[in-house]
Amino acid sequence: MLVDALTLQLGYNATLVAIGAALLGISAGVTGTFLFLRKRALVSDAISHATLPGVCLAFILMATLGGDGRNLAGLMLGSAVSAWLGLVCVQVISHKTRLAEDAAIGAVLSVFFGFGVVLLTVIQTMSSGRQAGLDGLLLGSTAGMLYADALIIAAGGAITLALVLLLRRPMTLVAFDPQYATSIGIDPRRVDMMTMGLVMAVTVVGLKIVGLILIVALLIIPPVTARFWTEKSANVVLIAGAIGGVSGYVGAAISASAPALPTGPIIVLTCFALFVLSLFLAPERGVLAAFLRHRRFQKRVHLRQGLLALAQQQPVYEPLTRRLLAREGLARPDGVPTEAGKARAAKALRDERRWQVVHRLPEYEGAASLYDGLRDIETVLTSDQISEIDATIGGPKGVTA
Amino acid sequence: MGAEFVILSLTPILIGIFTAIACALPGNFLVLRKQALIGDAISHVVLPGIVVAFLVTGTVGTWPMMIGAAAASILAVILIEAIRRLGRIETGAAMGVVFTSMFAGGVLLLERSDTSTVHLDVEHALMGNLESLIWLDATGWESLVDPVALAGLPPELLRIFLTMLGVIGFLWVFWRPLKISTFDEGFARVIGMRTGALGMALVIVSAIAAVAAFDAVGSIIVIAMFICPPAAARLMTNRLEHQVAWSVVFAVISAILGYVLAGYGPLWLGGTDAVSAAGMIATVSGLILALAVAFGPCRERTGASAEG
Repeated sequence: MLVDALTLQLGYNATLVAIGAALLGISAGVTGTFLFLRKRALVSDAISHATLPGVCLAFILMATLGGDGRNLAGLMLGSAVSAWLGLVCVQVISHKTRLAEDAAIGAVLSVFFGFGVVLLTVIQTMSSGRQAGLDGLLLGSTAGMLYADALIIAAGGAITLALVLLLRRPMTLVAFDPQYATSIGIDPRRVDMMTMGLVMAVTVVGLKIVGLILIVALLIIPPVTARFWTEKSANVVLIAGAIGGVSGYVGAAISASAPALPTGPIIVLTCFALFVLSLFLAPERGVLAAFLRHRRFQKRVHLRQGLLALAQQQPVYEPLTRRLLAREGLARPDGVPTEAGKARAAKALRDERRWQVVHRLPEYEGAASLYDGLRDIETVLTSDQISEIDATIGGPKGVTA
Repeated sequence: MGAEFVILSLTPILIGIFTAIACALPGNFLVLRKQALIGDAISHVVLPGIVVAFLVTGTVGTWPMMIGAAAASILAVILIEAIRRLGRIETGAAMGVVFTSMFAGGVLLLERSDTSTVHLDVEHALMGNLESLIWLDATGWESLVDPVALAGLPPELLRIFLTMLGVIGFLWVFWRPLKISTFDEGFARVIGMRTGALGMALVIVSAIAAVAAFDAVGSIIVIAMFICPPAAARLMTNRLEHQVAWSVVFAVISAILGYVLAGYGPLWLGGTDAVSAAGMIATVSGLILALAVAFGPCRERTGASAEG
């Protein structure tokens, strides 16, 4: 079943939905990156919750006018209007009063959603039977989707993605250097509004697939995940888009493959799985990489301390140090140094003496600041400088075992 | 205002009022400390905890739910800290990752398990069932002194009442340290306060209030009560004592007016059925905030810039 779903064998609608979810995921990942870079990730939470009253009012309006209340295009239009209203409220509260943005976000999302819940109960009493389907917009449901709706979602995903690609350059500029953007004639506030417009578009398109409560996850998790893999903004955008796209596609496919697998949560959890993988496996910032780095560092410290101890003919008791020395062939398992070990130990001790000289002499101040107890002196000083230092120490003396 | 009111409306109104106060009081400090969205995060992450507690015990009793919610909250805090430190990611985004994922997990668990026999579904988690917390054993006002009838009160009432008392007690005992550390954390640390522990205690108290309120009134109203009354109160005055008093007044007005409008408003308009009380309470608190934003005497920002 799952393989069928992943290879788009589950029928025309499921295929359209999977493609739409993938396009939506890409748009969400890219748009979310700019929100993340502007440190405004949670504004999207307010926007997405604020869609509910608009959806309900659109339903009521369409139903009273005699149409089909569940017309997806109409519901999407209504959600866009009330999402925009919610965004305006956040802006007014956070700019015109002394309340901070987080309070504005929380107030708008809870009040709009609360009002939406009131309208939902109105709809329930208004016309029993016809209201079915609105609940699906909370958490996303693609089961039994109409062909027209699937088409709207696929088209909406494609249009959003096109808009994202068009606005990518000004958004990058504003995210990193608002002053420079202003100086070349880009108004950061206009670009910010456009970013928010894209967030609205993602939310509106995602209503049916992901649902308005969880769409914020598709905007936040991909950029955070992408940040693990790269330090470059252009790459963060690309990777975030890819992660969003994969989550949307795989999530929609898994959800279509079995009953009682709600689409929204599945997409979000797929995304979260990718996040957890990245958290552990990313090459630079991942947990595994950090652990390996720590182990390498530990090994160098132990080897160095072991060699210095050998050079000064002190016994080595620390088990890890003994294991490491033995594995490198520098000492026998009982801690007695081999010939190679003696040579390395002498070198280590001599380097230590050289560093002491370096620390004393003012002309080596720069080099001395690089001393961390592990750095090989050859990587800091030229061989001429080293022989100069050796001259002040005197010739090498053998180490007796 | 006869027997029918006591049976059907008295307990929901009281629960609404107690919830509103229990959430609004710590909310004052959360709003001032720019941690307003903690209420949002908590009310999302407790869902999987409550669902798991239900799946393990098979009941929706008080203690399993409380323990499940607490475990989920602790897990969320650990996850957020881990993601923030390991990934060097700002708190807002780390919070966003954790609370959406845990909520998604909770929803999935709910959909996959058979919870049709109990009051446990996604809508209930979001919207609560304030209207259904009626006092069937009451026969009228005289039931208030009848021990037999009092024993039939919904357990949520006592739970949220004790929670409110606990919150009031916490603020009473730690008023001065909270006030000082909220407005000048550096000074608080200089005079030897453990501001980290105090901030954590505030979050824990907020979490307890959120969980106790969660099963009675749903998560949306919890978020609204944490933020809207304190935010509106903040625009009314410059003194913390007055702000807290205002926030309690706003919270109580929201709870009563919201419940009455939801229960009786549609009847006045010629309708036949009540609308969601929790949603209406949130709506009323939002209207109060809107009025404060438009007319509040202290709404202007003084000193700090808009970006602050």
